[in-house]
Amino acid sequence: MNQVPLSHILFVSAALFFIGMYGLFTRRNMITMLMSVELILNSVNINFVAFNKYLYPEKLEGIFFSLFIIAIAAAEAAVAIAIIINLYRNFRSIDVEDAGEMKF
Amino acid sequence: MPNYVYIALIPLLPLAAFVVLGLWGRKYLRRLSGVIGTGAVLASTGLSLWTAYRYFAACLADGACRPVVPLKVTWLTFSPGLSIDMSIILDPISVMMIVVVSFVSLMVHIFSLGYMKGEARFGTYYAFLGLFTFSMLGLVLSGNIFEIYIFWELVGCSSFLLIGYYFDRPSAVAAAKKAFIVTRFADLGFLVGILILSFHAETLDFRTLIQRLTEPSPQLASITTASFLGISLLSWGLVLVFIGGAGKSALFPLHVWLPDAMEGPTPVSALIHAATMVVAGVYLVARLYPVYAYAGPAVLQVVLYIGAVSAILAAVIACTQTDIKRVLAYSTMSQIGYMMFALGASGYTASMFHLFTHAFFKALLFLCAGVIIHKVHSNEMKDMGGLRKLLPLTHGCFLIACLAIAGIPPFSGFFSKEEILQAAFHANKFVYAIGLFTSGLTAFYMFRLYFSVFRGRRPHDVGSHHGEGPLTMKLPLVILAAGVIFAGFVPFSRFVTYDGAPEKAHAIGAFAIAPVTLALAGIFMAGYLYRKESDRPAKAAAALGGLYKFAYHKFYIDEVYSFITKKIIFNLIGRPAAWIDRNIVDGLMNLLAAVTAKVSAGIKGFQSGKVQDYALYFFAGIAVLAVLFIYIYT
Repeated sequence: MNQVPLSHILFVSAALFFIGMYGLFTRRNMITMLMSVELILNSVNINFVAFNKYLYPEKLEGIFFSLFIIAIAAAEAAVAIAIIINLYRNFRSIDVEDAGEMKF
Repeated sequence: MPNYVYIALIPLLPLAAFVVLGLWGRKYLRRLSGVIGTGAVLASTGLSLWTAYRYFAACLADGACRPVVPLKVTWLTFSPGLSIDMSIILDPISVMMIVVVSFVSLMVHIFSLGYMKGEARFGTYYAFLGLFTFSMLGLVLSGNIFEIYIFWELVGCSSFLLIGYYFDRPSAVAAAKKAFIVTRFADLGFLVGILILSFHAETLDFRTLIQRLTEPSPQLASITTASFLGISLLSWGLVLVFIGGAGKSALFPLHVWLPDAMEGPTPVSALIHAATMVVAGVYLVARLYPVYAYAGPAVLQVVLYIGAVSAILAAVIACTQTDIKRVLAYSTMSQIGYMMFALGASGYTASMFHLFTHAFFKALLFLCAGVIIHKVHSNEMKDMGGLRKLLPLTHGCFLIACLAIAGIPPFSGFFSKEEILQAAFHANKFVYAIGLFTSGLTAFYMFRLYFSVFRGRRPHDVGSHHGEGPLTMKLPLVILAAGVIFAGFVPFSRFVTYDGAPEKAHAIGAFAIAPVTLALAGIFMAGYLYRKESDRPAKAAAALGGLYKFAYHKFYIDEVYSFITKKIIFNLIGRPAAWIDRNIVDGLMNLLAAVTAKVSAGIKGFQSGKVQDYALYFFAGIAVLAVLFIYIYT
């Protein structure tokens, strides 16, 4: 089987990471920011799996690590959504700029 | 040698009155403040008279008057031998001056009891009078040249306070400021003079200083050999000290403050701007007279001519003024000019004698003017006239004082003027002529004042609701009038001479004919012009034309000053300095502030409080580090 080269996968991962980064920096909506964080985490997952498969095919640490990350990301999403709901209850908005009470 | 330590009380009692009245005079002691102030000065006067009696009795016993230093407290030591001492010196002139100062001050205190009654700031007024009396007594008793400078500034300060007593009048405020600035300007000369003299003499003590600068000594050698612009530093020092004295004594060209100083209450004018403070300059020159005499004729020539010019200039101006107090102010200036040129003409005793008699008759004239102003509520001569019947006592006193200042025998002014003219005659014929002419003018303008105020027609009903005022106003007039009559018979030359040895009194003989004749001519001239209301004065003024106008405007000296200050000093020095201050000094600071503000405005956006921005910076930093790591490490 003609394998996809590692660099291609790394490129996808890097693209995903920067898209996530860009979204995190530019979006003011908490949910889209959360989604961006998920993108970043996923790009890391891809990296882990890719390095595991291409560099150490006989080992499984990379795969386990990404499974861990998926679990933590799920927990993180639950916490984040709880925060978002609380934010919405307090400010009637999930725009981060509206939550400026503690500023200055 | 009698014990004189109690003398410190003479200035300290008025100081105590000042402190008490200054602290509590306005609130608690309003009614009593006049009595407290007067009581303190009365005690001082008693002590002064007793001191004078004891001192001159000791003189008679010794055969010569020796200076005594009864008290000396070292206040500030610069180096061994050079210290500012608070010391008291008793010599004939200081004893004479404490009598004059405390006596005139007492008269003014008593007079003010009636004159200033009902003033809102009665307590403050007496407090200031006390301060002035303290400073003036301290000045005349000072045995240290720096001590005299301290008191010199103190009298300037109290004079400022009293001229500006009616501080709600803008003219009074302006006059107070003018007096302060002009005298301060002259005091700068005095201070530099003190520094020059004391630097070379290596002492601040008057007696040591005089001794070192009048006898061959290393100090004298150093000050005479050092020179600046070809004139020895001794002359410079003495001239600068004289400038200080000229400022205080309102001599030409630093006299401009004196006529304006008449904005103060009239008793104050009598005390400060006629009898005591303005003669401080004469006193200062007299105090250093041995040095002046030793330094040679050049410096004395300066004193002589400045005195003579002041005397005649002021007399001419006095002939044209219409404000009663201004006439008296110019007359004061003229008489001080007399005293000064007497000193310049080596007439030390004559000058001091004139100072003594002048204090009496000028204080009397001012107090009479006070009564008149109290009566007619105006300073202008045109509002007066025919007051002889209304104010008989004042009329009598004023006439006596006028005769005295005009130099008619046997009133006191005659004797002292005689001595001065004699001294001038022996020193310089030209100045003698000026003095003679001035004495004629003096008689003319004084009797012009007398005739316009007391004779002639009353311009309107001046109200007879109060006569000449209470007893407190009449009593000082009578006492001073007695002083004016008898002061001339004091055997002055017996006691007051600069080397202490008695001098033979000049015989009064044929020499008296010229001045008395001129004075009588002046009086008749004044009578001819002003005795009755007529158009004669206007005609005379028209005949004199430009000269009259020139004199009426005080020779435009005020205008010259304002031209120099406003046009030259402000434009050439003030404005460039202001420009530099505004644009360069301030500009530097403003630039610094602007740069800081700009930079902070630029960078303050980074700290926005937005977590996303911080994340971006963090990420950017990581990215930069990563790039650096990749390109540099590998």
